[in-house]
Amino acid sequence: MGSLLAERDMLWDAFTTTLTLAAISGLIALVVGTIVAGMRVSPYVPLRTLATVYTEFLRNTPLTIVFFFYVFVTPSMGFTFDYKVAAIIALSCYTSAFVAEAVRSGINSVSLGQAEAARSLGMSFFQNLTIVVLPQAFRTAIPPLINVFIALVKNTSVAGAFSVFELFAMSRRMTNVYSGDVLGILAGVALCYLIVCIPLGQVAGHLERKVAFAR
Amino acid sequence: MTQTTSGPAAAGGATAPPLVSLRGVQKHFGDLHVLQDIELDVSPGEVVVVLGPSGSGKSTLCRTINRLETIDEGEIRIDGEVLPTSGPGLARLRAEVGMVFQSFNLFAHKTVLENVTVAPIKVKKESKKDAEARATALLERVGVANQAHKLPAQLSGGQQQRVAIARSLAMRPKVMLFDEPTSALDPEMINEVIEVMTGLAQEGMTMIVVTHEMGFARRTADRVVFMDAGRILEVRTPEEFFSAPETERAQDFLSKILAH
Ligand SMILES: Nc1ncnc2c1ncn2[C@@H]1O[C@H](COP(=O)(O)OP(=O)(O)OP(=O)(O)O)[C@@H](O)[C@H]1O
Ligand SMILES: [Mg+2]
Repeated sequence: MGSLLAERDMLWDAFTTTLTLAAISGLIALVVGTIVAGMRVSPYVPLRTLATVYTEFLRNTPLTIVFFFYVFVTPSMGFTFDYKVAAIIALSCYTSAFVAEAVRSGINSVSLGQAEAARSLGMSFFQNLTIVVLPQAFRTAIPPLINVFIALVKNTSVAGAFSVFELFAMSRRMTNVYSGDVLGILAGVALCYLIVCIPLGQVAGHLERKVAFAR
Repeated sequence: MTQTTSGPAAAGGATAPPLVSLRGVQKHFGDLHVLQDIELDVSPGEVVVVLGPSGSGKSTLCRTINRLETIDEGEIRIDGEVLPTSGPGLARLRAEVGMVFQSFNLFAHKTVLENVTVAPIKVKKESKKDAEARATALLERVGVANQAHKLPAQLSGGQQQRVAIARSLAMRPKVMLFDEPTSALDPEMINEVIEVMTGLAQEGMTMIVVTHEMGFARRTADRVVFMDAGRILEVRTPEEFFSAPETERAQDFLSKILAH
């Protein structure tokens, strides 16, 4: 691990890149995924179909292929992104499908009577969803959502194969240069991921307790 | 107050135009013909109690009136307006029809006060201040004002149901539907809810009430609607219905209920 300390500027650079990728993609995925989940339970069939196709397609496609699409295919169609931007788009799309599933299962856990009461008070579908159903759905969705975000943090390593200099790309470069310290480098990089993921789990537990409410 | 006393042809002797009117309503759940040729008019200020054995379609009838269930055929009018199938028109009419559920269905993540104010604020665009003032008055009236800042789960069943009634009233509905409002309650809490409902009836609220509380039906109903197997078999005054039910099904039903 000494080699990592020697190159700590580079390590810091890579670590913040990983963090940035995860944070921005996570935020976008949360928003997009929630919208998609809402579409999936909407009374409008075309929206429902669109959302189902979106989720099933992305959820069942390897992340590398999604990356490949945004890094190599879209430029050939005339949309060129910076590698980091392409990575964020790929990670957001992919993760949003899992967010949508987690939120949808949360929605399904809210008793039908809640939505019926909202409807009988004259709320629109959108009001019903945003005021009554989603706030309750998120409470149940927190544990699965945290799992999705932990997976996202680890999935950022795929960006390393697509010209983004994050932790995984750095570890590859480092192991080439410091071939005597492979184990130390890998352990150090793994530690970096742990530093991000373990608190996420902690936050999950904290949030769960904080928003827990008696039913 | 108008009272239509006899005959399933509910238009009967009503003078004021009906507030709720069901015409030739048919409803199926798959093969089950759960509502058959339903004809019912409810005049302003009238209290109609719906009785019938389990599975006869009482809840479904209630739920079609604010379109929580769709109907296959026929027409439902609220205050003369045909109930639309969807969209803002439906939401607006729903807001005029209060509904109280057997399982209360208070919004679990909102306080008692918020439960009562949320629809007036979001649907009717009332100011928060006005909505809260009115909610407090309503909670006072149903006797749970001191619980305003608790979550529903912290209240007893009877208190929750009274909050649910206040929540509906906050929308100033033209008619209130009650689907077995006391069936989920412990016996000692039934009366507090029945009292609130009786008070509402006395103030002239138009009500359609599905209940097994025969005392309430006798005392408060203007008419009793007896349903069996998806049909309305009798529409009578409570005196007539309880003393001399016409159909065998109703006699049978009453003998079972009163045997308890
Ligand atoms: N969503 C549904 N899908 C299929 N069948 C249904 C549905 N809802 C109700 N039913 C059936 O329709 C019939 C009438 O049901 P409904 O709930 O209206 O009866 P009810 O008179 O309210 O009975 P109870 O006194 O038990 O509440 C029953 O046979 C019931 O099983
Ligand atoms: Mg019922």
